Amino acid sequence: MLPAFGPLLALLLASAFFASQSDRFLTGQNFSLILQQVMVVGVIAIGQTLVVLTGGIDLSCGMVMALGSIVMSKAAVDHGMNAGAAVACGILATVVFGFLNGALITFVRLPSFIVTLGTLNIVFAITQIYSQSQTVSGLPDALVALGETFDVGGTAVTYGSVLMLGLYVVVWFALRETASGRHVYAVGNNPEAARLMGIPTGRLILGVYTFAGLMYGVAALLAVARTGVGDPQAGQTDNLDSITAVVLGGTSLFGGRGVILGTLVGALIVGVFRNGLTLMGVASVYQILITGILVILAVATDQLSRRKGLRP
Amino acid sequence: MTAEATTPTPVLQARGLVKRYGHVTALDGADLDLLSGEILAVIGDNGAGKSTLVKALSGALVPDEGEIRVDGRAVKFQNPSDARREGIETVYQDLAVAPAMTVAENLFLGREIRRPGLLGSVFRLIDKKKMLADAASHLQSLQIGIPSMQQPVESLSGGQRQGVAVARSAAFARHVVIMDEPTAALGVKESGMVLELIRRVRDNGLPVLLVSHNMPHVFEVADRIHIARLGKRVAVVNPREISMADAVAIMTGARPPAT
Repeated sequence: MLPAFGPLLALLLASAFFASQSDRFLTGQNFSLILQQVMVVGVIAIGQTLVVLTGGIDLSCGMVMALGSIVMSKAAVDHGMNAGAAVACGILATVVFGFLNGALITFVRLPSFIVTLGTLNIVFAITQIYSQSQTVSGLPDALVALGETFDVGGTAVTYGSVLMLGLYVVVWFALRETASGRHVYAVGNNPEAARLMGIPTGRLILGVYTFAGLMYGVAALLAVARTGVGDPQAGQTDNLDSITAVVLGGTSLFGGRGVILGTLVGALIVGVFRNGLTLMGVASVYQILITGILVILAVATDQLSRRKGLRP
Repeated sequence: MTAEATTPTPVLQARGLVKRYGHVTALDGADLDLLSGEILAVIGDNGAGKSTLVKALSGALVPDEGEIRVDGRAVKFQNPSDARREGIETVYQDLAVAPAMTVAENLFLGREIRRPGLLGSVFRLIDKKKMLADAASHLQSLQIGIPSMQQPVESLSGGQRQGVAVARSAAFARHVVIMDEPTAALGVKESGMVLELIRRVRDNGLPVLLVSHNMPHVFEVADRIHIARLGKRVAVVNPREISMADAVAIMTGARPPAT
């Protein structure tokens, strides 16, 4: 009945394990660091969760995010726009590609896997061409403000990680309490029933991909703020890492089932493992190895418990 | 003219419906009359056009020719929402429910009750409490026994799921409830419950258009039986005045319909 419970338990167990292995793990400073490390993929995964809930998948999310960060940093540095206008340009770019994904899926009726595989390559190429594969540096302070920290009882917390947590709460509430939120679940659960009951399924799916584009734009801003540059090579691991977070969080890849706060937990699980293993001095290839094992374990546990009927 | 004035206006009426798919003529000038307070069963062999006829009446397809009237008023349905707006609700054969969602959510799927005031109109927040309470009272009025409105539909038995789909249609229908093969997927006991449910819907004041290929079920509940053959209405019979064998004979063309 509580799909977020299993992932939460895994997160607590992992945290307990790493706390026993390293006395630097269980500190406010370290938790703040983990949050800061997951904020980009965390915000991307909000969009990914909505897409997966409708029964789709978005393989292009990391690339769209990278394009957004290049557009906003070049707008500010090369074209001398003020920070607000530059951010707006970057987010507009990600929203346009989110909309494009949604339009191809809804109106041309192509599978989301194929459409986003296409835009993955298209957007990556556009980003490289536009940036000439050069990192954009010398960003104005206002553009990286979300990377600044504020003090909470001696711990420095990044504004960006607070923004991420806030977005999760807002989207969680909207999915639970609004008609459109429930329709997202209905469309993923039984698209034909949703259509017969008068839910405008096409418009809804288009809206979900467009909103996902908006999330990738916010993530672009967080990426720029965290690294201080516009990086055309960013986001390449985020494409699949966002899906990892969604799956670890207990959302079904078949659509219609899942809780978005689970995705936050899923993103944190990956973050805690990377951080904990680093503190233990484990090389980063092993961290990737373990993330892969985690994903398969998570889905296997989910499937087995469903088959045994432990979960309705 | 005088004869027409004395006969009651049918709640739902079809005149000369034609639907062609390439060389196949599914409906060839089909008529239908559903009167208030009755259960009208539509029977017909495979390919008789009964499912096409019902789809036209529920808005799932648009006929090439002909007219549909609701309370004597000509209407045009482009999609199921148009039919719903005229107070015609359909219980689909596969029930059209979202299995992972709760009973209450399925009852109000696409028609969620909003919170009063700005919270509902601007922020589109739904009123879960009211939806739970209303769902319970709708199921109660049809005596459908489901313990909790917060149960996911996939945890219900086949008969209970059918109950949810029927209650949804009955709750929102103002004129007609159409049921497409409601007993096809059910066992004997659950079929009996659903037939009883169909009677209750009628007794609560909604005429029912029932499509079924199960003759015993049709003869058990129908007030009148509409027999479709080759895309036309060939006869309307009273189940208390005709034997099942004779009805089947008319249906298959083995026997000409009595005039």
